[in-house]
This record gives sequence, structure tokens and C-alpha cells, in this order.
Amino acid sequence: MKPEATAEASAGGGIAPAPAAAKVQTPFQRFAADFLESRIAVVGLVITTIVVFIAIFAPLIAPTDPFDLAKVDVMDNLIAPGDKNFAGDFTYVLGTDGSGRDMLSAIFYGLRTSITVGVSSGLIALALGMSVGLAAAYFGGFVDTLIMRIVDIQLSFPAILIALVFMAVLGPGIDKTIMALIVAQWAYYARTVRGSALVERRKEYVEAATCLALSHRRIVFRHLLPNCLPPLIVVATVQTAHAISLEATLSFLGLGVPQTEPSLGMLIRNGFDYMHSHKYWITFFPGVALLVTIVGINLVGDQLRDILNPRLQK
Amino acid sequence: MSVFIIRRLMQSLLVVVIMSFLVFMAIYQIGDPTDLLVSPDAPQEEIERVKRDFGVDLPFHEQYFKFVGKALQGDLGNSFVMNDPALQLILQKMPATLELAFSALFLSIVLGIPLGVYAGLRHGTFSSKLIMSGSILGFSLPTFWVGLMMIMIFAVYLGWLPSTGRGETVEVLGIEVSFLTWDGLTHLFMPALNLALLKISLVIRLARAGVRETIHMDYIKFARAKGLAYRRVILLHLMKNIMIPIVTVIGLEFGGLIAFSVITETIFAWPGMGKLIIESILLLDRPMVVAYLMITVMMFIVINLLVDILYSILDPRVRLQDVKS
Repeated sequence: MKPEATAEASAGGGIAPAPAAAKVQTPFQRFAADFLESRIAVVGLVITTIVVFIAIFAPLIAPTDPFDLAKVDVMDNLIAPGDKNFAGDFTYVLGTDGSGRDMLSAIFYGLRTSITVGVSSGLIALALGMSVGLAAAYFGGFVDTLIMRIVDIQLSFPAILIALVFMAVLGPGIDKTIMALIVAQWAYYARTVRGSALVERRKEYVEAATCLALSHRRIVFRHLLPNCLPPLIVVATVQTAHAISLEATLSFLGLGVPQTEPSLGMLIRNGFDYMHSHKYWITFFPGVALLVTIVGINLVGDQLRDILNPRLQK
Repeated sequence: MSVFIIRRLMQSLLVVVIMSFLVFMAIYQIGDPTDLLVSPDAPQEEIERVKRDFGVDLPFHEQYFKFVGKALQGDLGNSFVMNDPALQLILQKMPATLELAFSALFLSIVLGIPLGVYAGLRHGTFSSKLIMSGSILGFSLPTFWVGLMMIMIFAVYLGWLPSTGRGETVEVLGIEVSFLTWDGLTHLFMPALNLALLKISLVIRLARAGVRETIHMDYIKFARAKGLAYRRVILLHLMKNIMIPIVTVIGLEFGGLIAFSVITETIFAWPGMGKLIIESILLLDRPMVVAYLMITVMMFIVINLLVDILYSILDPRVRLQDVKS
């Protein structure tokens, strides 16, 4: 999650204005200053930025194209990290896998797939859960009871089980993995939004908007929603990390993305067979990439939680 | 009270019915098993016969009603691949999964509570921070990768522990168990720890939060002022009060352990329900998937129902609120 988006949210939310004594700050500056206070969160932000950069520009920065069969030489299979290729003119920094693909390039491309699946499923689940949660909170009554029952029932099952069922039904594929993750995640967003919207709905500005006879749509999306965003952003950050991890798990089990577009989970699965013959690097390095990505996003999420929590506001 | 239980029971029943429909409908979408089992070159009559045998030639609703009718008699169909009743095949594997899940539960309690209480009591010290960082890692690390790394370190490179199977088992009351033999224990340890990692982190956090909240209570101060030993105050007064949320969460998380065992069993080749279901999904063995899901859904519903009822006994506000709504 980009901090800019959050800044706009707190601007719209109008969290307590800066004290008069302090230097005049825009909400974004205040937010950025709060965020930068924690050194470990900055580390997380740097990691996340680098990972996203690699994911976007993988084809440009990867040393080789692991999917171009013409360039992959089977003679180069299972080369240990740091060793030269068969021809002796190229060094595989992280070694090669069973079919002679450069692991470093494969990881770059794998990150691309993992991030794509994680972020797109997160965003769609966010949009879906947000609309449903807002509807539940705003209309209340029967709609609320019905929606929240469904959410409760779904949340009583672990996300991995729900994703597993959907992958069993849909079969492997990137689009199907995204669908399964949306189904597994929307309920978390719905519950978060409903919780904060229920509190906001009772406040005077909503009453004022209602008195002005504004349409439902306008009240919900222009007044209620911006004020519900801070907790939602925190959940979105953590859930995106969770989605990336879930996707890796599904792909590891062979139910996620196809072999032709391996994500980090798929790379780890491919290396599993070689692990017992002491060829650790095929499993190890994609796992480290996955780990660094998840931890980076979680560090950012933790700091966002701290600074966006009104109870902890200075 | 009985009104509350009846309402909850009705609700659970409704969930079972909805789930059975959803599960069946969803699984119905999986490819036709005859394509997989019968060679495409086989004569048309042969294909027709196999379709009739499996009942996949009938329209959707007839398949569903047949399924429900049989399910009520405990018959969830035969496995396409192994040709035995699906329910029986899964129940055979259940003890292995339950053993793994209970071992993980045990580990998360004996490791999680002491570590969490220690971190709470020594708040701010280096060791407390170390424990809390560990628990954050436990939350963020993808469980399956940690399992692989455990195999790599302890089985492949150090050769201390075996990485696949259950090892030597002993029969107790007709059930095969691993934890009573040394060989079985060495096989059980890694998968159980791997499955427990997430729960250990959770219990550490709960225990720490509980201690931090309770330690400043008047009754703790009073007990200390009365001259009771520090040890006794912690072990008795404090522990009793932090256990309530921990026990609830552990109860609810047990279902999660069963679900997560799918991954752990696949990694460690532990012959339980989870490994079986992944194999069945990959082989498009429809009745096995349906049977597994029905059993898991039932287990979840029973666990949630028990926790709900237990909660309403402990906290009257819960049932009053429910009757009102």
C-alpha cells in the first residue's frame, strides 16, 4: 500500500488538526513524519518498494529470460550458486534449477506473478468487502443481519480451507487463484468496514448530510467511506501480505498458478524434489524472497496501524 | 438457556444443509471423471457404462438428491480411484491427522504459555523482545516454507530427524498411534512443531497481553501485600485469570489446525486426511473431496457450537443478546 493513498485518507478523515503551536504541516507531511519515526518501518517500506520495483521491471532487470526456451541450456541444470555455466561465460549467482533456468531471473519473474496475484486479489476483495460492509452498516436491519451472518459463517472457516475448496473446483490458473483469494478474503474487509462505519454513522456530519437530503450514494461514498478508510488501509496491507502467502501455499500444493507462469510458491515446489539430494538453493532462495516480501509489507502495516489508530494519536 | 441452544442448533443445521449444497454444487463443476479413468479410445458403450456406474450421467439435481439421501445413511459415495467407500477411506486416515493436531495443540500450550507469561512479566527486557520478535516471525513466515527448511536442516544436512511418514506405530484401542514409540516420536516432532508454529505465536501474544493487563490488578497487589510468595501469585492468581481467553482461542483454533494439517501432511508425507485430500483433488476424485469437505465442515460446526454454548454458560450476556436480536 502506497503511503500517498493513506495520506489522502487521513486528510479526508480530518483527524485532529495540528496544534497551533507546531509548525504548520499538511496532513501528508504529518503522516510522513509519523511514519518515518520508526526506523524498522522505514526498512519495511524500502523492502516493499524494492520488491514492487523488481516485480514491475522483472523483464528489464533479470539477467536472463527463464521462459525463453531458446536461451535456456539443459546442460546448465542444477548448477550451484556462484558457479559458471557450461560454456563458462556467465555466472549463476543463485544457481540454476532442474531444467537449467537461472534462479535469480526465475525469482524476479516469480515475484512478478506473486505480487500480481496478491495485490489484484487484495484490491478486488477490498472493493467487494468495502461495498458489502458499508451497505450492511448504512442500511442496518435485515440487510445487516443477513450479510453479517454470512460473514460470520465464512470467518469461522480458515481462509486456506476456503481457498483450497475453490481451487479444487476451479482448477489451476492465475485468474482462478485470484478468484479463490478474493472469496477467501472479502469477509475480513466487510467486517472491518462495517465496524468503523457503524461508529461513524452515528456522528453529526452524517446526520447533517441526511438533513441536506443528499442521496444515499453520496452520503455513503463521499461522507461515510473516507472516514472509515484508516482501519481499512491497515487491514489491506496485512491482507495483501497474507494473500501472497496464501497464493504461495496453494501453488506449493500444486493447486495455484500453472507451471508455465511459476510464482514463488511454484518455484519452491519445484525445488522440493531436489532438496533431499542437498540441492538446497532451488527451494531456499525463492523462499527467502517470499519471506522478505511478506515481512516488509507487514512492517509497513504494523507502523500504519500504530499511526492510524485514533486511540494512540498524540 | 435451552432456547439459546435450540436456536444455535437450528442455525448449525442450516449451515450444514447450505454447505452440503454448495460443496456438492462446486465439486460437480470438476471435470468428468470418466475422461480420466477410461482411455478416450475405449468403445462408446464402455464409456457409457462407466458413466452409469458412477452416476455422472444423471442431471444435476438428481445427483444431489441421491447424494443427500445416501449421505444421511452415512454413505458419501465410493472413491473413483480406490473404489472403496470415501467416508471409510477418510475415517481411516483421521487418527493420524488428529494425532498430529493434538500434538501441535500440546506444543502450542507447553511452549506458548510459559514464553508468553515470561515476556509479559519481563516486559521491555531483551529476552522479552526476543520472544515477541519470534512470535511476529511465526505469524509472518509462510508455514510451508518453514517446514521445508526444517526438513533441510534437521533431516537432510544434520540427519537428526526423519522427514517422512509416521514411523513405528502402536495400536491403542484399535487406533494406530505414533507417540508411544521412540521412532514414532521422532517422526511426529517436526510436523507437529511445524503445524504448531502459528498457534505458538498466537498463544504467546495472548498470554503476554493477559499478563500485562492482569499484573496491575488490585487482587494481584493485594495477594503480594498479604505476603504470598511471588511464585504462588503468578502460578495461581495470575494464571487462572489469563487462561480464560487462551482456552477459548485454543478451542476455536483447533479446527484451524485440522485445516492447516493439509499443508504439513503434504510436506512431511504424514499419512493423514490432509495428504489424502490433496492427492484426491489432483486426481479429480470427486466423492473423496465431497466426503472430506463434509467431514471438515461438520467438525468445524460442532467445535463452534460447543464453544458458543460454553461461552453462553460462562457469560450470560451472550445469550441475552442473542434472544433479543
